[in-house]
Formats: sequence, structure tokens, C-alpha cells
Amino acid sequence: MEYIPNILFTLALIFGIGFFIKNVKKLTRNIKLGKDVDVSDHKPQRWKNMLRIALGQTKMVVRPIAGLLHIIVYAGFLIINIEVLEIILDGILGTHRIFAPLGAVYDFLIGSFEILAVLVIVAVVLFWIRRNTIKLQRFVKPEMEGWPKKDGNMILYIEMVLMCLFLTMNAADFQLQQLDAPHYVKAGAFPVSQYIATLFQDFSISNLILIERSAWWVHILGILAFLNYLYYSKHLHIILAFPNTFYGKLKPQGEFNNLEAVTNEVKLMMDPSADPYAAPADDAPEPEKFGASDVTDLSWVQLMNAYTCTECGRCTSECPANQTGKKLSPRKIMMDTRDRLEEVGKILDANKGEFVSDGKQLLDDYITREELWACTTCNACVQACPVSIDPLSIIVEMRRYLVMEQSAAPTELNNMMSNIENNGAPWPYNQMDRLNWVNE
Amino acid sequence: MSEALTVKTMEEFMAEGKQPEILFWVGSAGSYDDRAKKISRAFVKILNKANVDFAVLGPEESCTGDVAKRAGNEFLFQMQAMMNIEILNGYEIKRIVTCDPHSFNTLKNEYPGLGGNYEVVHHTQYIKELLDDGRLSLEGQVYKEKRITFHDPCYLGRANSVYEAPREVLRKTNADIVEMKRHKKTALCCGAGGAQMFKEPEKGDMDVNVLRTKDALETKPNIIATGCPYCNTMMTDGIKAHEKEDSVSVLDVAELIANSI
Repeated sequence: MEYIPNILFTLALIFGIGFFIKNVKKLTRNIKLGKDVDVSDHKPQRWKNMLRIALGQTKMVVRPIAGLLHIIVYAGFLIINIEVLEIILDGILGTHRIFAPLGAVYDFLIGSFEILAVLVIVAVVLFWIRRNTIKLQRFVKPEMEGWPKKDGNMILYIEMVLMCLFLTMNAADFQLQQLDAPHYVKAGAFPVSQYIATLFQDFSISNLILIERSAWWVHILGILAFLNYLYYSKHLHIILAFPNTFYGKLKPQGEFNNLEAVTNEVKLMMDPSADPYAAPADDAPEPEKFGASDVTDLSWVQLMNAYTCTECGRCTSECPANQTGKKLSPRKIMMDTRDRLEEVGKILDANKGEFVSDGKQLLDDYITREELWACTTCNACVQACPVSIDPLSIIVEMRRYLVMEQSAAPTELNNMMSNIENNGAPWPYNQMDRLNWVNE
Repeated sequence: MSEALTVKTMEEFMAEGKQPEILFWVGSAGSYDDRAKKISRAFVKILNKANVDFAVLGPEESCTGDVAKRAGNEFLFQMQAMMNIEILNGYEIKRIVTCDPHSFNTLKNEYPGLGGNYEVVHHTQYIKELLDDGRLSLEGQVYKEKRITFHDPCYLGRANSVYEAPREVLRKTNADIVEMKRHKKTALCCGAGGAQMFKEPEKGDMDVNVLRTKDALETKPNIIATGCPYCNTMMTDGIKAHEKEDSVSVLDVAELIANSI
């Protein structure tokens, strides 16, 4: 009988982690639906970027208030997780505060967790106020209606509840230690929860144990539930920010990739010895599709970008098109890409890994042409992203599809492009007049 | 016609069996757009004054294809790029200067992958070089105590992290350089990039250039300085929208320098 809690705990742990792994597999499968892209270069620079941008939060603090609050929650998350390690060991082994023999170090750790927990609660409350009371513009854009708004608040509630449970657990533990309750080893410093403990002044030992155990169990089960909430939420960034900053663009922001498939065709066209009427060889591969009309035409890094996006909206708030009331929102580009990718993933799940067309695609069904053509390619969204997401690359890839596969550019752009084809300038002027400006 | 300029083509250099120090990539705007042509002329005035042995391609130059690429027409871009690369490589061009950040960006970053490897500098960087080397000196009186604010072109600033050269050059005019609230990395686009220059904007509640000009006007400038022919057009139109064309002028860095020598 006495091992029942240990067994229940271990089962919960296995189930919680197992379900998480299952979703991680689904996540990686979906990301791998993207085209291969060579990102094996410049390893040292990539490590540096990851350490600086993801671990060091350097781009978060560009906006000091949100940046500071985020660092508190982030540090709280990282550091308080040391305590989760102890909770897991205690749960499996049936011990209580297994790290207690660390003595002064343990006191310091528990004490600092408590202070961090309070700071996290304060930060989370302020975050909630920014989203729901002050209604900062970037949190109330059209793409945030419905689930994204709920998701954002849900994460704050979960964090809040977890921190409160942690402090309650410690408060009850502190009180039990004061009462010399058996099994409750005297360990830890409780700079915050000792004040909460005053609420428990007259509680009996058995009631205190009930409170302590309940808080302990709900806290760890809550953490396991939160772990599994990640996949369904924008909160995946706590994991994906690291690979995403690692694989982020290293080239100058203004450099767009040159499509290799196009290069081959152009070279063939310009090669005077090539026979323009030659029939393609029998074993010639299918001509590659230019640009992207659906998520599977994007690269896996772009798809990882979509899962990494935590919908903070810094990109959208810096976007010149969005600021002037156009429909384009770089954040929506990322959210749409993820939503469509999830939908494609579900089709695969339902058809034993085979993709069966649902008659939908990323273009038009999610991202409209009006959005794509409103982009000035100014890179403000790329610059603003705290985790190296590149919405612009998706916009350009979709424009490529519209122009090269559909010939569906706006008329004025078609005129501009035929001018370039005919006379080497976007305007209809004679190429022989290129030097007239010297004598004007 | 204003003062005479000395401009030689690559063809002429070849005929003389010589190589220029640098090739001036004029770009389509600099060649045909009435406003941008003045910038080309101002820059050549500077080059002439500093006795720079430069060449242009003239009728052999063709659109870089940049705007086609941003619009999504990779095919047309690469056609243009390969034609230009054939010419540039044929003349064994090593170094290129241009007044257009869009040409600057694509020549510098996107041509190498297609076989065109050159050292490419923006004209503000080149003017700084001429000043630093003592090949050019300024009077420094014309703009003394004038308030000048510099609008960062996206394809010079964010795209290629060139922020200091235009500012250093501007400081040499002894003007009072004032920064807009959003500048350098966080500068707002003028609204012309990504092929927007050639089409009507999508439906919205304001034009981007009007918003950006508002940023500039908040600094109470006498002059808005730019380093891009497209930004110049957009800011000039923005000034008109704010009905400030009588008190604020939009000038390229090259024009400000050409007027100071």
C-alpha cells in the first residue's frame, strides 16, 4: 500500500512525458514536410546567435518593459525547474525534499525560487493587464481574435496557478516543519511562504499535510499538463526559440536567395549551343514548381519559424503596411502558415501518412493576395522578431508562385516587368538613352 | 543644361586600353527619372571634383532586375543579372559604386551567386572614402546651422547595416543632424520598396510615405536627406501631402555634398 503514491506518480510521469514525445514526433514530422535547405554552414556563428538571441534574450530588451518582464518569467521558468527535478525524484522514490542535505545551498535555492515565483506572479499579472486592460494595440489585431487571445491568457493563468501552488506547498511545509511533523525534514528558506504560512497558524498537522500534498500533486500534474499544452499553443517558443535562432538567416537581411531551378533554366536559355526545340530527356525530372502556394512548398526552416512564433506581434507593429491600415500582418503570415501546416498534418494522420487533397492551400484559403502585394520588403518584421523568424521570406516565396506559375501580378507590375524585358528599365525608355542625363 | 560633366563609358576606357578606378552603376532611376537624374549629376560633380577616374556602362547598362526579384519574378531577375554579369565580367570590373541602395544590395549580395563578384559600395560610403582620403574637401558653410534629418533607406540600413557612412558625410557639412524617433535599425520604410514604387498601394487608411514624412517633420528639419532615389520621390510626395514643400526640401546626400564643394 505504501508504494501506491510512487506508482501513481511514475505512471503520471510516463504518461505525461510519453504523450509529449508523441506530439514532438508529430511536430518534427510536420516540420520535415518542408523542403530541404542547407543550413549546415557557419556553425560557430549559429551557436553564437542561439546563445545571444535565445538564451541571452538580446532582442527581447529592445522593448524594455516587455523585455524585462519576459526575462523575469524566463529566468523563473529556467531556475524554478531545478525544483521540478527534486519533485520528480521525491515522487518516484517516495522521499521528501531529497536535496535537503545540501544544507545552506538548499536554503539558498529554495529561497531564491520563492522570490522568483513572486516576481513571476507580478510579471504575469502585468502581462495580463497589458493584454486585457490596457489592450496594447499589437494584442488586439484581427488575427488575435478567438483562440489566439484565449491561448495567450490561458498561458498566463497556468503560470500564475503553478506559482501559487508552489508557494502554498512551501507554506504548508514550513508550518509542518515548525510543528515538528514527522517526515517533514527541516530544510529550505521560505522568505515568501513563511508569511503565507501565517494563514495556516491554527491548522492541524493532518490538514496541513492535506494542503501540502494537494498543492504538491496539483503542481506537478499541472506542470505535466502544461508540457502537453505546448504543442497546441503558441507557447512552443520556449523550446523552438533555440533551434530557430540557430538556423536563422545569417546573410545580410537584404539578400534573397537565388532560385536554383531558375538559374538552370536561364543558363540554358542563354547558352547559344543549346537547342531550344530539344525534347526533354525521358528521364528528365518533373520541372520544379516555382515559389510557394502551400506549406509543403516552403522550406523546413520556414515551417519551424511558424511553430516558433509566439504571436507577440512585434513584427506587425513595425510593419509599414500594417501601420497604415493595410491587411498585411507579418504575424498573421506565420499564424496562417502554422494553421495550414497543422491542417495538412491532420490529413496525414487521417490517411495513414498519405496526403489527400482537401482542395485548400495556403494561398487564398489562408493568405490573400492583397496581403502579399502590400509588402514593401523592408525587413522591419525580420528585424523586430526576437527569435529570428523571417515572415518576409514566405511572402516572397508566395509572390514567386503568383508571378512565375500564375502570371498573376498586379497589372502595373506586369507593365513594369515587360518594360524591363523590352528595354532594360522599369519604365518605357529606350536603352540607348541611358546616358542622356549627363547633358541635361 | 547646367555645368558640364565629364563622364566616360567603359567602352571608351577599353578603347584607350585603360581601367577606371571604379564603375559608377547609374541604375534605371538615375538614368531616366527626372528627379534621380539630378542625383546622378550631383554625384558625378563630386567624382569630377575629386578627380576620380570612373566609368559608366551607358547603353550597355541594364536594369539590375532587383525590382523584378522583389515582385517575385526570379526568372526576369536572373536574366537581367546574367546579362549584366556578362558585361561586367567582360570589362573585368572590380569595384562598383551606386547611388541606389536597391542596386547596391542586389549587386553586392545576389550577383555573386550568379557569377558576379565585385566590391560594391554605396555612394555615401564612397563620398566618405573620398573625404577621408583628402581627395575631396567641403566648404562647410552652405548648410551650417541647417537642421538635416537622414532617412535610412531600408536596403542600405537594415538590409546591409550601413548606418554611419551617410551620417558621417552629412556631419561634414556642419549642419545640425537630427535623428527621427525611429532611425537606423528601426527606421520606417518610405513605402517604395518591394516593387511598391510601380503600383498603387493596397487599401489602407494612409500612405506609408505620408507616415514616414510625419516622422521626419517631427524633427522640425530644414532638409530631409536621403540616400535612395525611390525614398527621395516618396519623401518629396510626402512633404507635399503635409503641405510643407515651401519650408522643407528633400535632397540626396550627394546633392548636399555637391552643393558644399
